[in-house]
Amino acid sequence: MAVKVKIPVPLQRLTQGKEEVEGEAGTVISLIESLDKKYPGIGERISEGGKIRRFVNIYVNEEDIRFLDNEQTPVKDGDVVSIVPAIAGGLILRGRT
Amino acid sequence: MGFIKGLKCRECGREYEINPVYVCEFCFGPLEVIYDYEGIRGVLTREKIESRPRNIWRYRELLPVEGEPDNALDTGFTPLVRADNLARAIGVKELYIKDDTVAHPTLSFKDRVVAVALARAEEFGFDTVACASTGNLAHSVSAHGAKAGFKRFIFIPASLEKSKIIASLVYEPNLIAVNGNYDDVNRLCSEIANKYNWAFVNINIRPFYAEGSKTQGFEIIEQLGWRAPDVVVVPCASGSLMTKIWKSFKEMKEVGLIEEVHTRVYAAQATGCSPIVTAIKQGIDVIRPVKPNTIAKSLAIGNPADGYYATKVVSESGGYGEDVSDEEIVEAIKLLARTEGIFAETAGGVTLGSAIKLIRAGHIKEDDTIVLCITGNGLKTQEALSGHTPEPHHIEPNLDSFEKVLRQIEGGSG
Repeated sequence: MAVKVKIPVPLQRLTQGKEEVEGEAGTVISLIESLDKKYPGIGERISEGGKIRRFVNIYVNEEDIRFLDNEQTPVKDGDVVSIVPAIAGGLILRGRT
Repeated sequence: MGFIKGLKCRECGREYEINPVYVCEFCFGPLEVIYDYEGIRGVLTREKIESRPRNIWRYRELLPVEGEPDNALDTGFTPLVRADNLARAIGVKELYIKDDTVAHPTLSFKDRVVAVALARAEEFGFDTVACASTGNLAHSVSAHGAKAGFKRFIFIPASLEKSKIIASLVYEPNLIAVNGNYDDVNRLCSEIANKYNWAFVNINIRPFYAEGSKTQGFEIIEQLGWRAPDVVVVPCASGSLMTKIWKSFKEMKEVGLIEEVHTRVYAAQATGCSPIVTAIKQGIDVIRPVKPNTIAKSLAIGNPADGYYATKVVSESGGYGEDVSDEEIVEAIKLLARTEGIFAETAGGVTLGSAIKLIRAGHIKEDDTIVLCITGNGLKTQEALSGHTPEPHHIEPNLDSFEKVLRQIEGGSG
């Protein structure tokens, strides 16, 4: 069993159209780094210099990591991590208008 | 005739052509309109602005439109009121109210942003405008859209108060009452905006819409005699208004209309929804979302889109932030009304109440030139004052009865 990662529509081009992929347990930031090895280019869309980008929200089991331990929030096998671009008062972006 | 160069991501700087887009494809940052300031500097003078009609289009070179619309409601150029009575009451010398409770078609500053959004929507060729709102924005889109001949879809939470629903319905938009709270409505609207080719003023038109707020700042500078104030206190919901007022001051300097900007910008929020002020007080730029619980409903955004940028404005300008309880909001509304004759909605109570605390704490000085941004009319939120105003004097229809009460009144005040 691995960590389940939910990929938003604008990034699914980088995951061959997959809505959900598997990642390695560790921390949120190490998970992103491991995803980038499997799906090159996805890392820089989500984070920069080891920090999650300001307009990307990450949820671990539906809890916003800003209320947990940010990039250092632990993720273990079986956890569900959601990557959700956010803008305009929490609006969720599905793709290009 | 427009001076718009394009759109630019505020986070990573990638540039985009002028289109109804609002998010950077690469990093999801918000897009912002950029202008040809050199070109504007050559043509826009104080004299030219002063010669134009007293509405927001007198600053059109600094707005994201190709030209002034010919089928729009007249909006903007609200009074800047020198508030000497209030100044005495709160212990300062030079105080102004930027009074957006009047001179707008729907009596709030939202008419500024909606007027710009709809002008741009027409230039893009949209035939339908839409928004998610609990109040002022719904009224404004309903009214301006009626005048400009758009089809209108207004999405509200079904539980909204009847008086607020009527103030939209009178303009006969398609009013969609969603079974859910404001967050649910917002989420649904972002899905609809992706599927239908409509101009959602605060979603796909947001980069243009938000620029309309700058007109409040332009007017402040012009009405002060072409100078920036020492202090401006701005209510924060998404934080957009505050960032745009700051931008407007800097733009006026950039294009040579004023020589210097030394203004300190202060954020005002209700304690029951103060994610921006909380971050400012903690000296951080991370906004922790909250669940709003305040009578200041027009400011009740728990996850403010421009919160990060609002904290940057405060730190860049040397300002600060303050928040006030519901009781303090009501007291401030009453103080503004009895000293200056201005009836503000709850957001106005937040602004004045916060300003008073900032003065007492020494952040705002006695001899600063101070402008308070009062953004909407109190007739829209009368229920907030229910039980907090004096009672009428009840009398019989005869002179004796009146004079008995009169003696009480005069005795009471004497």
